[in-house]
Amino acid sequence: MANFVVWCVWVGAAFCCIASALAVVTFSNPFFSALALIGNLASLAVLYLLLGGAFVAAAQVLVYGGAVMVMFLFVIAYLGDKTDQAPWASGPSWQAVATVLAAGAILTEIIVAVALESGGGLSHSPRIAGSFGSPAAIGRLFLTDHLIAFEVTSIVLLVAAVGGVVLGSHARSLQGDARS
Amino acid sequence: MHGPEVTWYVVLAAMLFVIGALGVLVRRSPLIILLSVEIMLNGSNLALIAFARHVGREDGQIFAIAVMAIAASEVVVGLGLIVAMGRRNVELDVDKLRTLRG
Repeated sequence: MANFVVWCVWVGAAFCCIASALAVVTFSNPFFSALALIGNLASLAVLYLLLGGAFVAAAQVLVYGGAVMVMFLFVIAYLGDKTDQAPWASGPSWQAVATVLAAGAILTEIIVAVALESGGGLSHSPRIAGSFGSPAAIGRLFLTDHLIAFEVTSIVLLVAAVGGVVLGSHARSLQGDARS
Repeated sequence: MHGPEVTWYVVLAAMLFVIGALGVLVRRSPLIILLSVEIMLNGSNLALIAFARHVGREDGQIFAIAVMAIAASEVVVGLGLIVAMGRRNVELDVDKLRTLRG
């Protein structure tokens, strides 16, 4: 019974995931694309919970669904109607057709590779601790085995913040030049 | 509680990755391209977390969190560039940004 419920949740989340991803790619208004991406991130968080990643799911909702998407929506609202663009306005170009074909080839290749390679061997590991993926376990790993990755990530975030400020202030000075 | 096997998650991750790649290659608005890159990163994150469950260790989840941090910094720089383009009244169309083409 529990197995059936998990399958139902998985199918629902996977369907939402694929549908919202397709919506992101096909909507012509970027605002709606960003809203669809929030749905995609939320359904992925459900899948992470099914895989035992409680902390990652929480981080996904907070960092992605919260911070990153708010930034996206602010920029889209700031740029306004400059961003409107119909994706298939000029009909399917040869570029688009070739892209769809290449994407289908990649998907087939990955699925065939997974099916050949797994042979039923990719089942869940039978034994996991009850604290698998909990904030305590993740934090312990971060501060022991992956300490360098943790510190390097913080430096990368700092550099990105500095880069964002520099890009913003540079644009402001350009605007001042244009006005004077 | 068993639920679907890791194979299903990996196939779903591959589908997400391919949809994101389609968006990156087909769409011309840089904003949509950034959103599609987010979909690709999330597909790879799902595969990482599925394999972490498969192996039974949390290291894959650590990788996924690192990917999230990198994605956040990528979005900051990308959106900064897009805002700079918008302020200079450059048309937001990656096919028309060809100044650097030799």
